[in-house]
Amino acid sequence: MYTVGLFVPCYVDQFYPQVAIASLQLLEKLGCKVVVPMNQTCCGQPMANSGFASLSYGCDQNFIQNFDGLDFIVCPSGSCTLHIKEHLHSTQYPNKADSIRRKVVELTEFLTDILQVNQLKGKFPHKVGLHNSCHGQRGLNLSSMSELVAPYFSKPASLLQQISGLELVLPDRSDECCGFGGTFCVFEEAVSVKMGKDRIREHEENQVEFITGGDMSCLMHLQGILKRKNSKVQVIHIAEILNAGYE
Amino acid sequence: MSNRDHILSAIKASQPALRPLPILDYSVVPVMADLLTSFAHFVNMVGGQVRLLDDLSMLNEELEAEQKQGRLLINRIGDPAKMDEVSQNAVALEAVDRAYIKGSIGVAENGAIWVNETAMGNRILPFICQELVILIEADKLVATMHDAYREIQINQEGFGVFIAGPSKTADIEQSLVIGAHGPVALTVLVLTHG
Amino acid sequence: MSSQHASLAEKFNSDEARTNWHDQTLWWVRQKRDRAANALPEWEQLRQWASDIKDHTLSNLYNYLVEFEQNALSNGVKVHWASDAEEHNRIIHSIIQEAGIRKIVKSKSMLTEECHLNFYLQTKGIEVVDTDLGERIVQFREEAPSHIVLPAIHLKKEDVSDTFHEHLNTEKGNFDPQYLTHAARIHLREKFVSSELAITGVNFAVAETGGIVVCTNEGNADMGAHAARIHIACMGFEKIIPKAEHLGVFTRLLARSATGQPITTYTSHFHCPRPGQEMHIVLVDNGRSRQLGREDFRNSLKCIRCAACFNTCPVYRRSGGHSYHTAVAGPIGSILNPNLDMKANADLPFASTLCGSCTNVCPVKINIHEQLWKWRQVISAEGLTEPSKKIGMQLMAWILAKPAVYRMAGSTARWVLRNFPSVAKSKRWNPWYKQRELPDAPEESFQEWYKKRQRS
Repeated sequence: MYTVGLFVPCYVDQFYPQVAIASLQLLEKLGCKVVVPMNQTCCGQPMANSGFASLSYGCDQNFIQNFDGLDFIVCPSGSCTLHIKEHLHSTQYPNKADSIRRKVVELTEFLTDILQVNQLKGKFPHKVGLHNSCHGQRGLNLSSMSELVAPYFSKPASLLQQISGLELVLPDRSDECCGFGGTFCVFEEAVSVKMGKDRIREHEENQVEFITGGDMSCLMHLQGILKRKNSKVQVIHIAEILNAGYE
Repeated sequence: MSNRDHILSAIKASQPALRPLPILDYSVVPVMADLLTSFAHFVNMVGGQVRLLDDLSMLNEELEAEQKQGRLLINRIGDPAKMDEVSQNAVALEAVDRAYIKGSIGVAENGAIWVNETAMGNRILPFICQELVILIEADKLVATMHDAYREIQINQEGFGVFIAGPSKTADIEQSLVIGAHGPVALTVLVLTHG
Repeated sequence: MSSQHASLAEKFNSDEARTNWHDQTLWWVRQKRDRAANALPEWEQLRQWASDIKDHTLSNLYNYLVEFEQNALSNGVKVHWASDAEEHNRIIHSIIQEAGIRKIVKSKSMLTEECHLNFYLQTKGIEVVDTDLGERIVQFREEAPSHIVLPAIHLKKEDVSDTFHEHLNTEKGNFDPQYLTHAARIHLREKFVSSELAITGVNFAVAETGGIVVCTNEGNADMGAHAARIHIACMGFEKIIPKAEHLGVFTRLLARSATGQPITTYTSHFHCPRPGQEMHIVLVDNGRSRQLGREDFRNSLKCIRCAACFNTCPVYRRSGGHSYHTAVAGPIGSILNPNLDMKANADLPFASTLCGSCTNVCPVKINIHEQLWKWRQVISAEGLTEPSKKIGMQLMAWILAKPAVYRMAGSTARWVLRNFPSVAKSKRWNPWYKQRELPDAPEESFQEWYKKRQRS
């Protein structure tokens, strides 16, 4: 049994607590001992991606204090995981930072590669579209990429396919960016929204009930557009689906 | 310090420590079984046409017939003694209806044909003629560009070119138009010697 | 200093149907590229070779340039060196002037765009005719190319029809691409045969032979160069490759990456001028040696200008080349241009979601999206980001470094959003809200929920 630290992205903590709850419950159901460090805040990505990695010192220190000494650090976000993997540094505790960078794992990858889950007992009788978030896919290699000449695989899809009743539909542009992009979503508002609308159009044409994915940030952006147009399509984090109906 | 020395010394100061030149192991490139089929497929794909010929005699008859109809042809294939001289004046060549030239290597993976300057008579000929015909011997086909560059010597003459299909453009709304500035048609004659 | 890219992109998006068309047309080019790449099982190995050859070349550039120069000279070519754009333009003008020529033709060369050669020569009274069809179209319209391979991709055939009607007297309202291309053919063939001097770009320069390779589909580089009595080829010095053998790798990658063609129609190898002809090669630095010295950014010099990163970029497809306000747009432009002028191009590294698709399609494996991230750091360190953004980031960093402050700020923000949502619901002040609803603000954060669970 692994002792796993649950790394909850700050915006999930504040705005999408159900995603963290689902992640926690799912990991516990799968036999992990889950630790939730209560002084965690943010990985520091918003500053770093805006050109202010120099300001992320405080976040880095805080992260190390919260997540030192665990078997794995699991996060229901490809983007935050990637940020820690690539950019967590500490001049004070370089070894701890190194160790954390190696131990941080995105949730779906943890399920497929570490726990090697192949028979999830969940039920979710709906038509679902998958949004591959870029940092999870291209950054963490969670699925094969349409640009590369390489065999197909998809860690999130392989998990969703284990859920009874779930009909998975992929858009034609299976790995095009949704346009969220961190602060890009406000500084480049026009292009950001257009990219989101175009992703949504494909999912709507596929008549899905839900759009899911491994990053709530992409889904929050898509949800904002969906709600503005009063669409019936909802967004749901992959942890919520995998945890649904799992007794 | 001259510009040259100034730039070169800036480069010397900026370039990183030497990185190795990779060894290109072409065994990763799949072996192509049927060069001619692939070559013909790609010539078509790039907008050209392939004609298989047993020998050149039939061609000579066609040439004579066309010339009788008043078409301006330049023949640079067949008997070297009978080859047409090519004007060095571009304006004069603009009126050429069709030029026949000899290619030295054909590439099966893309339909490209290597043509040396000597085969053209004038470098501009294969570009300025209205239609181009290139003759290639069937046993001069190679699989890929790797093979092609092994076979040719790029600086054997002052100029040489790979030609793949007729001149083309898609600069207006990505609509493919054959015949941009150069030839509006390319025929590749593959000489099979029976 | 708000982002020029963002405001130009917003303007581009004001015509949604046209934005859709632009996106779909370039996506189609990307799909053609995918098909061509997937036809070669060795594709990823080719990319690795190309990348390694370029890495090696950049690490030995001094020697290769000297070798290239020696071989070119012995081929009878005149070699010039230009430190910057101004010098490049002056060298070319002096060659033109010495020959007593007033009209020249030029095939596509992004370097001459980078150096604004056309403008320079026009001020000296020289008539320059761009001969690439797309470039001729934008030249008539007094616009810049919006794409390095497809210069007129921002235009519809109706636009071209109007332009040609005005300049070439084509039938008004006839926008058949075949018809319009034919009109350009007649117009440009006349220019080719009457021009005494032709400028071309260079795709590859081979050190071991001193030759240059130029790739086109239209044949315009060849028409110009072979008709003229003077041929000037302009190249950034990073175009060098060590050996002829390496052309096998690059010619297999270039056209497939660019347009999905198995090879360009013409791959022309120039070594010696033809008898009676003069041939010049201008080797240009213009910031390249500075970029070579930037460890994080030097491998941007591996670029072979295929534009695959443009076609795959979801931002480029939806903002158009002109929103990048530079000669080379798109993701690669966004990592090259800050080197040329960091202040003027400080917005460009931010014109990306860092999705990473550019890096994956790059035939020479430039880590474009990582360099975009790194440029952001350099630009903010140089103080070139908006002060308000900097203050916002400092505040955010302060809050997020202190767990108690973070919790307090979070619950306060959620309370405000629940009770006074109008604070955030301003389309004017909150760009998020312009076209998106805000997420619901729950009563309880995850941490608050978890604390309760621990107690129960």
